Amino acid sequence: MFSEPDLIALSLTLKLALLSTFILLIVGTPLAWWLTVSRWPLKFVVETVIALPLVLPPTVLGFYVLIALGPNGPIGGFMELIGARSFAFTFSGLVFGSVLYSLPFVVQPLQNAFQAIGSRPFEVAATLGASPLDRFFSVAIPLAKPGFITATALGFAHTMGEFGVALMIGGSIPGETKVASIAIYEHVEALEYDRAHLLSLTLLAFSFIVLAIVYSSRRRFSLIPS
Amino acid sequence: MSIEGQFQLQKGKFKLDVDLKAPVEGVTALFGPSGSGKTTLLRLIAGLELDSKGSLKIGEEIWQDDQEFLPAHKRRIGYVFQEDNLLPHLNVKGNIEYGWKRSSEKGTTKSLQQAIELLGIEELLSRKPATLSGGERQRVAIARALATRPKLLLMDEPLAALDRSRKEEILPFIDSIHRNLEIAVIYVTHASDEIARLADHLFLMENGRFIANGKIDNMLTRLDLPLSHSDEAESIVDADVREYDATYKLNYLDCAAGRFTVSGNQLRIGESVRLRIAARDVSLTLEPPRNTSILNIFPATVDKLMPKGGSQMTVRLKMADHLLLSRITRKSVDNLGLREGDIVYAQIKSVAVFS
Amino acid sequence: MLNLLTILRNVALVLGVLAIVANRLHSGEISVAVASNFGNTIRALVAEYQASSEDEIKLILGSTGKLYAQILHGAPFDVFLAADEQRPKLLEEESITISDTRFTYAIGRLVLWSKRSDLVDSKGSVLEAGDFRFLSIAHPKLAPYGQAAKEVLMKMDLWEALAPKLVFGENVGQAFHFISSGNAELGLIAHSQILQPGSLTEGGSRWLVPSNLHSPIEQQAVQLSEKPESRRFLAFLKNEPALKIIREYGYDTP
Repeated sequence: MFSEPDLIALSLTLKLALLSTFILLIVGTPLAWWLTVSRWPLKFVVETVIALPLVLPPTVLGFYVLIALGPNGPIGGFMELIGARSFAFTFSGLVFGSVLYSLPFVVQPLQNAFQAIGSRPFEVAATLGASPLDRFFSVAIPLAKPGFITATALGFAHTMGEFGVALMIGGSIPGETKVASIAIYEHVEALEYDRAHLLSLTLLAFSFIVLAIVYSSRRRFSLIPS
Repeated sequence: MSIEGQFQLQKGKFKLDVDLKAPVEGVTALFGPSGSGKTTLLRLIAGLELDSKGSLKIGEEIWQDDQEFLPAHKRRIGYVFQEDNLLPHLNVKGNIEYGWKRSSEKGTTKSLQQAIELLGIEELLSRKPATLSGGERQRVAIARALATRPKLLLMDEPLAALDRSRKEEILPFIDSIHRNLEIAVIYVTHASDEIARLADHLFLMENGRFIANGKIDNMLTRLDLPLSHSDEAESIVDADVREYDATYKLNYLDCAAGRFTVSGNQLRIGESVRLRIAARDVSLTLEPPRNTSILNIFPATVDKLMPKGGSQMTVRLKMADHLLLSRITRKSVDNLGLREGDIVYAQIKSVAVFS
Repeated sequence: MLNLLTILRNVALVLGVLAIVANRLHSGEISVAVASNFGNTIRALVAEYQASSEDEIKLILGSTGKLYAQILHGAPFDVFLAADEQRPKLLEEESITISDTRFTYAIGRLVLWSKRSDLVDSKGSVLEAGDFRFLSIAHPKLAPYGQAAKEVLMKMDLWEALAPKLVFGENVGQAFHFISSGNAELGLIAHSQILQPGSLTEGGSRWLVPSNLHSPIEQQAVQLSEKPESRRFLAFLKNEPALKIIREYGYDTP
């Protein structure tokens, strides 16, 4: 079956996807909420920036992340200033890149879900004594549940398949930054098609299962309006 | 308790500019055509309109002025919207407890129990909002607001989305709120039958302004206001239940003008009720009528006359300290030669009783 | 519907124009597929070539592996300048090339390079000291320069010790970028890369790795079409004016 390096790559991919999805939800939820409620006129700029990874080649993102992480870049420079080690070629760096890369896949479904709630439930909650933060937790989050399921699955699946950023900022270090997609690429380049197939099919099956869960649960939601 | 407010708000072409000053006791109704700004005013009082300029004082508490804006969740209000009141992810119990848990009542279940009983929703507690009828949903929304013991209950056309029988199902509950709980209610509506039945005080709105306000019996009978001109114009008389005649199934009620005889089920002796008398159910004679089937006949003075359309007249009568409207033809006015100050006999064909 | 028809008609029109343009490329012009590391060199070579020839040269740059796969699947290239000898050999075995045209046009040299002027000494002993966090090389399995870098480290008996510090570029271009962006302090890359005019390489420090520390990085060329232009261009590459340019750009010549 799998060679040991491939198994390491797979488990690394899984770890990356799980951690990134977790961080994406932590970061994406307040961001999506802010985008929903803010009346700031320049909000669209933030929305555009978040949506960029949807259309940009991931290599572009990876290229700029690598430059940003370098000692002359804003992030690398800051890290150096506070005496921390740079993110480049580390698992943390990969998580950072993946979060940027998958952000629209989490923020957009959440934003849509928050918008679909409309203002009424929040006004109702306000007149019943719920503060804005309270309303966020007791109304926005439960009512956006379908959005959270979609966002989690898309964020997870998208990070699993992430390639360009990992290629640009990872450095293909086994057990650290050599994720399954990179391993597949290297197998293909080295003409090791059997091993490429095995890994690719595994990723394919995984993504299929995750997305199937989303679509089946979506149907459940539309059948019984909550 | 009194309410003192003053608001300016511009929303596109619509402009609201009101100066609100009234005792709030019982039910204060905001009445006017749609688009007149009633709902906006209610939202201003609730603190739901964030762009407003103005001031608001409820009793001794300042809710809004130049420096301060008490956010909606800190105002002790209950709010019942026209529809979509319930939080869809919570069942009825969850909805009712949502406000109660966040109110000063959370230490005791008394207000919670009372609200559930008053609105008769014990059976619905475990149901989800989506499975309730429109009337049930409104009852739950009212109970949820009452469970928090608000200072002020704001109701925005709570019955407008319901059909006639659903409306009848809920009106008695609303009626009983200020009676049983002593919670002041501000009630927005464009249905005149609702104000005649519920309101104690009335503000008339048009194009974002007040055009008049006053006690309900005065407002219904003021000939310079549109209410008295409508086909459904009516007046109200508050009376006390005195006796019940079981043989004929008749209630006898006393008011300053005399004794009303009203058929129907027995009312509670001693209770104070509101009688609603449609203007078109009141006919006039110059002599005390004999041999008539009509039971309620009272002497009255013609107070004021006002033509309606080409053929009809609205006559306002003074009956002791009550004002009564009568709608008769212009021809009858001429035949009887009616003038202000004339003594007439008002024959009242039917009376609706509301407790 | 009308819109769709209009769009289809426009698409057809554009495709037609493209077909005409593509056809015209074949008269007096050849396509040369070139390994990326040779990009600047080939541009200089083409400029020199066209000073004395009417032939038009169209360049297609890419990694050797990808160009190889494209040629294998019928890409219409006339000449292939690879970064290794393996792919041209494989193509030859598949009988896709014109027989007996394969030859070494350049021999790559490795350099240990850092942007910092004080890091790399003239003997490369910084590698033994190991006073750095990341050493960038091309992936040994994917790139000939990576394979050569690995051999150097093996020969210096440092492969095991430096393994935790190695970061791998997909190709030597990426290995270079890891260093030039400042994320890796130093790396073993192609000498030609830091000789490129206008590159960010001034003021750094370097050690030109002796070529006896690794097997030669023979970059080979093959002819893919019978066109006389192809033959003429390859002949040009074997002669002294061309060889001189190749050496100036950091390669050894056969």
